[in-house]
Amino acid sequence: METPRREYPNRLEPFFENLVFDRDDNTMVINFGPQHPSAHGQLRLILELDGEQIVKAVPDIGYLHRGMEKMAENMIYNEFLPTTDRMDYIAATSNNYAFALAVEKLLGIEAPRRAKIIRTMLLELNRIISHLFWLATHALDVGAMSIFLYCFREREFAMDLMEDYCGARLTHSAVRIGGVPLDLPDGWIEKLAHFINKLPKDIEDYEGLLDQNRIWKMRLEEVGVISPQMAQTWGCSGPTLRGSGIPWDIRKEEPYELYDELDFDVPVTDSCDSYGRYKLYMQEMRESIKILKQLIPMYKESDPQIMAHAPQYISAPKEDIMTQNYSLMQHFVLVTQGMRPPVGEVYVATESPKGELGFYINSQGGPYPYRLKVRAPSFWHTSILQELLVGHYIADVVTIIGNLNIVFGEIDR
Amino acid sequence: MMRRYQDKHDVQAKAYYNDRFWVAPQIPKEPVESDEVFAKDLKSLKSKFQIKEAYIQRGQMVVYIDPKDNREVLKHLRDELSYNFLSELSAIDWLAKRGEFEIFYQMLSTSKRKRMRVKCYIKEKEAIESVCDIYKSADWAEREMYDMFGVIVNNHPFMKRLLMPDDWQGYPLRKSYPLHGDEFAQWYEVDKIFGKEYRDIIGPENRDSAYVNERDTKHFARIRHEVRYGEEPSKEPTNLMQEYQEEEGVFLIKKFKKDKSITLKERK
Repeated sequence: METPRREYPNRLEPFFENLVFDRDDNTMVINFGPQHPSAHGQLRLILELDGEQIVKAVPDIGYLHRGMEKMAENMIYNEFLPTTDRMDYIAATSNNYAFALAVEKLLGIEAPRRAKIIRTMLLELNRIISHLFWLATHALDVGAMSIFLYCFREREFAMDLMEDYCGARLTHSAVRIGGVPLDLPDGWIEKLAHFINKLPKDIEDYEGLLDQNRIWKMRLEEVGVISPQMAQTWGCSGPTLRGSGIPWDIRKEEPYELYDELDFDVPVTDSCDSYGRYKLYMQEMRESIKILKQLIPMYKESDPQIMAHAPQYISAPKEDIMTQNYSLMQHFVLVTQGMRPPVGEVYVATESPKGELGFYINSQGGPYPYRLKVRAPSFWHTSILQELLVGHYIADVVTIIGNLNIVFGEIDR
Repeated sequence: MMRRYQDKHDVQAKAYYNDRFWVAPQIPKEPVESDEVFAKDLKSLKSKFQIKEAYIQRGQMVVYIDPKDNREVLKHLRDELSYNFLSELSAIDWLAKRGEFEIFYQMLSTSKRKRMRVKCYIKEKEAIESVCDIYKSADWAEREMYDMFGVIVNNHPFMKRLLMPDDWQGYPLRKSYPLHGDEFAQWYEVDKIFGKEYRDIIGPENRDSAYVNERDTKHFARIRHEVRYGEEPSKEPTNLMQEYQEEEGVFLIKKFKKDKSITLKERK
């Protein structure tokens, strides 16, 4: 018998998403999350099960919504930058960078070469951090505890490098509009070289533990198959798209920063399943190492300037501010009132570790953006769950969520 | 002196100082003919639909269409012009200035390596047709647009708020919505958990645990001189030496001795 649906919820009979839990068709509705260790954040999934098979999946998000786009409309551009850290908090620099690049495109300025080199280093380091974190938590969800510990050990080294550079481990804010705030500290390059010389060996170890592991293969192969058509229509990007056989990497196709000068490959697989995507992530880490290796000699040859020269928009270097009156005045105006970009709009997409991270900024010439929209890859990868989960068994849900590499900071924003 | 006019429909932060003679520069709009691929696309679009305006800005084509054509245009872009991704979709609130929403569809073609924006204006109470059967990625994007702006989308399979709770009132990203929330938003949790009658009992200062009274110059925390809320500030430094273990110790666990610990110079 079907319970009649009420018109309005009240406090005695609350309102559960229009869901009727007791139904007569042999399916069971279960609620997965929002507090679930494998949900990778505050994801609530309402699953309709036939036995153990999923008939319908309704992802529910919004538990971490902080209204960042609204905040952006009420902040000057430089003020908003630390807020972007809190989106994809696993690889914060990639958010800072995507925002800074969008504003730079809006202003029509370009960062100096050394800043570009440092930024690319940080971006690739963040990619490694993010991929290691992904592997660690994904393997933990699937049941491989030791991988988690190994990955976190290596991630710790990478985080130490980030900490040495900017002082923060998670919320870096290591990129500024127009460049980077600091040059690399002494000895950093050597530490980085030490790290990237060691990492390939570690990646081999992970693969040695997982590649032919029977449990790992059984849980990942043929699970979460995203066909190329599905990946396109749902707006997938990053490794999820390349895992479906579409060779699209924004670093290669629409090169920004120094990626057109660097030699790296874009790994693609057409297996379309979770296992293929796992192989892809491993390969991507190797490519990042390759990029970092090329950047080290480039850094040594570059000039020391690290912030773009655009007095209308960007404060002069500290020495100028302390010695020259006009620089001080400009700095004062830029800090108290904020820069005023020209009227117009840009959409700038970058390849973050998770996929296409884009910033749409509409400026009306004021110090506050008129509209700022964040195109966060995880948002689109979460919406695919409603189609992807159907037909899978409930044990595979955890594999699929983990494999899509979603981070709730950027889904809910 | 007369008070400056402020538009109630736009309560977002405003610059407190504007130079009287300052004219904001514009990002140049290049003609579409300057790019071969875009020129072809635009020609193909123009042959079928009414195009109000088209230009290239920062390397991406922007096309203004009639909101009634949105489905047909996107279908045409997907099937004929190989724009295979809808990478973003949202609205911009122009209600204060012109009583309209601007809807934009950010498109990507991986085969042509081109990005373009399709835009249209709709009136506040007007609805727009859903495109989520053409690009499934529009599903959540349209829900978010409805949630944040109250733009009504017709024929969407599951039109429900996405980020905000179902019983929310108001549309947070509208310019008329204050940053710190309206009255409903501020009392949402209190109303829901205790009921409206508890608003007076709880009071605005206890409503939010992170509440900061901006006018209070006395009761803010001084670093290393923290006191409980409401107490008089003290000159005495607070004891920062924290003990992480009980006085008597814990079974099987050795007591951590701070003075005997060493800091490593380098990682082992």
